[in-house]
Amino acid sequence: MRHDHIISAKQLSRGDIETVLDHAADIAADPGAFADRHTDTLLGMLFFEPSTRTKMSFTTAMKRLGGDIVDMGSVESSSVKKGESLADTVRVVEGYTDALVLRHPMEGSAKMASEFVDVPLVNAGDGAGQHPTQTLLDLYTIRENAGFDDLTIGIMGDLKYGRTVHSLAHALTTVDARQHFVSPESLQLPRSVRYDLHEAGAEVREHTDLDEILPELDVLYVTRIQAERFPDESEYREVAGQYQIDAGTLEAAKDDLTVMHPLPRVDEIAHDVDETTHAQYFQQAHNGVPVRMALLDLILGGDQ
Amino acid sequence: MSDNDQQLRVSKIRNGTVIDHIAGGQALNVLAILGIDGTSGDSVSVAMNMPSDRLGHKDVVKVEGRELSQDEVDVLSLIAPAATINIIRDYEVVEKRRVERPSVVVGVLECPNRNCITTEDEPVDSRFAVGDDGVRCEYCDTIIRDDLPAHILAE
Ligand SMILES: [Zn+2]
Repeated sequence: MRHDHIISAKQLSRGDIETVLDHAADIAADPGAFADRHTDTLLGMLFFEPSTRTKMSFTTAMKRLGGDIVDMGSVESSSVKKGESLADTVRVVEGYTDALVLRHPMEGSAKMASEFVDVPLVNAGDGAGQHPTQTLLDLYTIRENAGFDDLTIGIMGDLKYGRTVHSLAHALTTVDARQHFVSPESLQLPRSVRYDLHEAGAEVREHTDLDEILPELDVLYVTRIQAERFPDESEYREVAGQYQIDAGTLEAAKDDLTVMHPLPRVDEIAHDVDETTHAQYFQQAHNGVPVRMALLDLILGGDQ
Repeated sequence: MSDNDQQLRVSKIRNGTVIDHIAGGQALNVLAILGIDGTSGDSVSVAMNMPSDRLGHKDVVKVEGRELSQDEVDVLSLIAPAATINIIRDYEVVEKRRVERPSVVVGVLECPNRNCITTEDEPVDSRFAVGDDGVRCEYCDTIIRDDLPAHILAE
């Protein structure tokens, strides 16, 4: 795999994806073997908006490879507050570090920032845009649990604003998965995403009701429907209530159905699902570490 | 209509570029897309809604003292796909160019996504990939299908 920067899951071919996931599986099988891999490496953490979980996961990954991190800290305490451009900030910080992780509230920020630096830059979320390491850990979890061959997946919840979903759906076209999209009509896939999926050769099947397709699914990927997408509280409750699952819902599913969620959840997956063999969302979150270790190792030259 | 009227509307230029067969009403957008606003002092003449066999009505733009490059010409394809370009030297047409759709346009359009990094005060030009039925921001993936002139960057 040869990519200087990891900006979008769309830049990754099926071969690239398999390379990262294979490497992540090797790391997960024997993490100790990689503990001294990057002892002199410093990873620069540029988080322009809070995302504690993603930051912890990257930090853990770098430290488990023997390296360390330097952290810009919160925006309030940095030069950004004084009006410094993102292009200037990344050009300064690249001089301190061997690679950068960027989280920024504006779409396209990671692509732009990558054009100003020579060290590898990983996009850890750019507004409503891309979050490729989330996609890779989702793919890893799917492959570990259900495999990519003859895969049928249902993706449910807020499909309009959920960038996690857009990126995952696009990546799943590279493994020819059958994809079903389940959402209220007001939260269906946006036009640009549907267009992309068609271009990639996917057949987009949209449903408003999970029951129609639940028995066919190997994986059910649930996302949160947020109250602010609705004009009032009562409408939100009525609509969101139709897209919550509990252990009873899953009685109609295959025994080996894998249920995933990018977390944090609110009430879209009831706690009684946690006790079933379907629940893989905590493991999914844990998988972020070996997947990010694999990606960092590859972009820092671990494959040479 | 006398020859003299014709002369008044669109005078001949000595050196420069004549852009002909612009769809009626698009001349000012053509000037905007080329960044021509008259401040450079070159004389620019515009004729709008002239009768045209091919287009019904067409606009014509003449720019004295400036020869458009092929890249500049290609950008015009977004709003004036039928345009023909004549490069004039010493009152003679020395070169005719047709517009061709470019694969990308840089610094011409403004991204309509207000949360796109290219709309911020950053040292970056907008970049749009040109597709069959629209253009797409290479930074945030926003697609513009209709009314491209409304998205031309103000200089
Ligand atoms: Zn944009």
